[in-house]
Amino acid sequence: MMTLQQMILLIPGIPLFAFLMLGLFSKKIPGNYAATAGTILMGVTTVLSCFVAFGYFTAFGKIDGIYQPMIPFLYHWLPLTDLLEINMGILLDPISALMLFVVSFISLMVHIYSMAYMKDESRIAVYYAFLSLFTFAMLGLVMASNIFQLYIFWELVGLSSFLLIGFYYQKPAAVRAAKKAFIVTRFADLGMLIGILIISYEGKSLDFISLIDHFTNSPQQISGTFLGIASLQWALALIFIGGAGKSALFPLHIWLPDAMEGPTPVSALIHAATMVVAGVFLIARLFPVYAIAAPVLLEGIGYVGALTALFAAIIACTQTDIKRILAYSTMSQIGYMILALGVAGYGAESGLGFTASLFHLFTHALFKALLFLCAGAIIHYVHSNEMRDMGGLKKLMPITHLCFLIGCLAIAGIPPFAGFFSKEEMLFAAYQHNRIIYFVSLFTAGLTAFYMFRLYFSIFWNKPFQQHHSHHGEGGPAMMLPLIVLGIGSVSAGFIPFGKWVSSDGRPLISHFHLSFSILPVLLSLAGIAIAAFYFFKKKETVETTVNAMGGLFRVAKGKFYIDEIYQFVTKKIIFNFIAKPAAWIDKNLIDGLVNAMGNSTVSLSNHIKGIQSGKIQMYAGIFLIGVIGLAILAIYYWN
Amino acid sequence: MNVSLFLWVPLATALLLLLIRNIHLVRVVALIGSVIQAFLCIFLYFMYLKERARIGDAFMYFEQQFNWFPSLGISYHVGVDGISIAMMLLTSFVVIAGVLMSWRVEKMTREFFFLLILLSLGAYGFFLSLDLFLLFFFLEVAVIPKYLLIGIWGSGNRKYSANKLALMLMMGSALILVGILGLYFLSGKPGFDITQLKATDVPEKVQQVCFPLLFIGFGVFTALFPFHTWVPDGHSSAPTAGSMFLAGISMKLGGYGCLRVACFLLPAGAKAFAEPIIILSTIAIIYGAFATMMQKDLKYLNAYSSISHCGFVLLGLGMLTQTAYTGAVLQMVSHGLMTALFFAVIGMIYERTHTRTISEMGGLLKVMPMASVLLIIVGMCSLGLPGLSGFVAEMTIFTGAWQNNTILPRVATVLACMSIVVTAVYILRAVGSVVMGPLKEKYQSLTDMVWYEKWAAFVLLLGILIMGVAPGWLVALIKPATQLIMQKIQQP
Repeated sequence: MMTLQQMILLIPGIPLFAFLMLGLFSKKIPGNYAATAGTILMGVTTVLSCFVAFGYFTAFGKIDGIYQPMIPFLYHWLPLTDLLEINMGILLDPISALMLFVVSFISLMVHIYSMAYMKDESRIAVYYAFLSLFTFAMLGLVMASNIFQLYIFWELVGLSSFLLIGFYYQKPAAVRAAKKAFIVTRFADLGMLIGILIISYEGKSLDFISLIDHFTNSPQQISGTFLGIASLQWALALIFIGGAGKSALFPLHIWLPDAMEGPTPVSALIHAATMVVAGVFLIARLFPVYAIAAPVLLEGIGYVGALTALFAAIIACTQTDIKRILAYSTMSQIGYMILALGVAGYGAESGLGFTASLFHLFTHALFKALLFLCAGAIIHYVHSNEMRDMGGLKKLMPITHLCFLIGCLAIAGIPPFAGFFSKEEMLFAAYQHNRIIYFVSLFTAGLTAFYMFRLYFSIFWNKPFQQHHSHHGEGGPAMMLPLIVLGIGSVSAGFIPFGKWVSSDGRPLISHFHLSFSILPVLLSLAGIAIAAFYFFKKKETVETTVNAMGGLFRVAKGKFYIDEIYQFVTKKIIFNFIAKPAAWIDKNLIDGLVNAMGNSTVSLSNHIKGIQSGKIQMYAGIFLIGVIGLAILAIYYWN
Repeated sequence: MNVSLFLWVPLATALLLLLIRNIHLVRVVALIGSVIQAFLCIFLYFMYLKERARIGDAFMYFEQQFNWFPSLGISYHVGVDGISIAMMLLTSFVVIAGVLMSWRVEKMTREFFFLLILLSLGAYGFFLSLDLFLLFFFLEVAVIPKYLLIGIWGSGNRKYSANKLALMLMMGSALILVGILGLYFLSGKPGFDITQLKATDVPEKVQQVCFPLLFIGFGVFTALFPFHTWVPDGHSSAPTAGSMFLAGISMKLGGYGCLRVACFLLPAGAKAFAEPIIILSTIAIIYGAFATMMQKDLKYLNAYSSISHCGFVLLGLGMLTQTAYTGAVLQMVSHGLMTALFFAVIGMIYERTHTRTISEMGGLLKVMPMASVLLIIVGMCSLGLPGLSGFVAEMTIFTGAWQNNTILPRVATVLACMSIVVTAVYILRAVGSVVMGPLKEKYQSLTDMVWYEKWAAFVLLLGILIMGVAPGWLVALIKPATQLIMQKIQQP
């Protein structure tokens, strides 16, 4: 029997091993063996993760009825100063146990699915190596016991995201998207890095447990201020920026829609279920500090979340690429999670938002992975990402249809699907705490139902499918199995008593179910579905009339509010032309010019004075005479 | 352990090279010599651990001293501490890789390898010296081969580059010489011996004069802004091994000199000039990074990025905290390995595509997978990805810098942190257009790395990975030495 420590080390260890083996021998291993090996190893990891996570929740995690953070493993990696040290440790608490399960489970589903989806790809071993690298990094991230360790794995998930988005490296769009994702998140990570420097200086530690202790027990003992704001507030705000970059919150979201250039299973794993919620995880990890030492900032974070939720939902209504619609809906749902954190407080009932947020993270991972994998199956079938190339797939792809419908109902918040429960909790937390955020999220709930069903109807209904012969079926069992498993999860996950396990202070939180409260959101969602159906089944003119009536607003939304263009302008035009170009110019012309000028002037000076050494005796004698006279005059002058 | 061995081995190798006529034998001898030296360095590390366990903290280990010019107080005095061992390990790795990357040099092969080994002899001697005169002597031994390497085996505008490099480095040397002589005559106790000068209280006025001379002098070697313009031209015109030695070893001589001579012997000067150092190095970091963005040639790209990365070394020295000093040494080691590998990969690509212009390449991952993966890895190291050496060094510097809680260092640290974004931009731009994207027709038939390139890359990559994954031992090696230096600087 393995000890807990051994088991927990194997969880990130196995994917790392898989990455190294598959990566180093990618040329030697036949593709299908690589896929099988990668999937089996991932299966072992998932079993171990489940064992540890459920063990934590049910057996060894609780002491006196409160879930305690545990550190089963710690390695002193890099000493920095006398106080600060980067440790490689494993922190087990309700959030990391939850994430352990989510990450490894979704990763396993994607591994299985990819066996069929990627089977014609010649670089499948490399693909599985990258998937393993991602899983390793993400597991390391969620279990990190040290904020710098989290930053390390944070960067590594960024790398694996870059590699997987750019997997089809010969496609210029994929390369562009990969670079964009990396650079935008790197920009956000800059904030996080500076935030870590500040928080470690103030908190005299890098370990989460001692940092949280330090700031929650003595929030007033902060030494420095900058521009009149305490340095802790700056640190927390900067760390949030890091999280906002990874989680694609407004206005750092621009990389996520483009990231859809990667293979679809990758989008399901990284850009829907796991990596993009890292920002939510980060805030949740430091939640006591945010809630106790910086409540105003936390409220502001809630507004950012609400804005992102609404903004992304509006754009999603206007898009026509199936993966991009799902990407915007991911943004919108992450906005929900962030707003729920923003309306939460620390401890007991006020921590409802915290529980709701992580509950939504959990259910969202299931149904969004489901939706993306369905989208993959559809794209596989019709060979297009565009909604207009689809239609009438209901009969041709019955399993996918059912699963996609479950996913849509779940995301729309229709009872009894998983999304309903988590969304109700979030809305209730918002309702109790901040009415503006509540109304924004309520409206967004309606929009969500609308755009998801707009997508659903135009993929599966009407318009007999004729463009392509069904040259192959719906996809093999390897593709259908994950859909069915995730579909079952999306139906049933809502009934989990989540608050008993995950709460802001480790004490079980019994969430009361308010039937009367749910009527309004559900009605709004149903209305959204109805409007989508109305537009879809009516003639095309109705859509056009509405679009025309909306006029500029529609165009602006379809243009994604031109955020990309603004970035383009700032980076390409301003930074490039006004900073980088002048820097290179100054170097070439001014500084180097000065060096060259010095060199040239030395040459010309010596050219001038070399005439003196002419070899003419008379001239030497003359100069000698002048010199003697001169010295004599000087001597006489000083003598007197 | 007899540390003079580290001079005898390269010297014997170099002399042996002059006797051999067979070109193939020349390469083999050079390789064997450098491999022996590398094993000796590793052995030295373990001997150091043993000696340290035996005698505890000391300023220097394995000291040797013979009178040379007793009348002038010049002696042959050598010894090592953690910093010099780290630098020697770096040097030995880079030398092996450089020798391997020169396997196919056809023109005057014997002379080429002779100069490479001579350069390494200068570097080893420099890191070992405990006498300022000896140190200066070895510095010059390391400069002259560079001029010849670029001037004879270089490419492009090589005469201009060689002249520029030699003249600017000579200017640096002149400043160093004046500084050393000033120290000799004005320190109150004439002598060149570092261990003696360490104990001497050099008058503050003298420090005010000598420190800038020495710091700028050594700074020229390590691309101190605005004395950095030899770097891009020099690196770009040099042959592959030349660039590797230049960036991997020579630029480190400057950083080491700044630390060991300027800051250590003249602590009051280091304190007085901390702010200008911080300002200049921050400019180098940011401005170097932005200038890199505009480069179209891979070698220029790496050369400009070296300016930015070496700025971190000087930034660490300006911060006057122990962690930042440790970080500065780490950054020297990391940058040495990384940039040598970068130049090696550029050399491999250039050898095949016959171009170094970024926009003319594309999709090389398909035909040269190994070299392309190396380029990605080394690029990632350059932009500070965890798991590779650059991250360890940069984070140590940032954290160390942040411990200096006055306003200028804080601002400088934030600005320096920004370079991680700019670095990401130019690295991804280069990687994206060289190894990714559609493959050009004319590159369909390129072949991947051959054995000597693989080994060269392996040696450097090994160093980068060891440092990136398990940095603890290296920090433990460097820390006691920086602690002594820091104690001297901090004492009132």
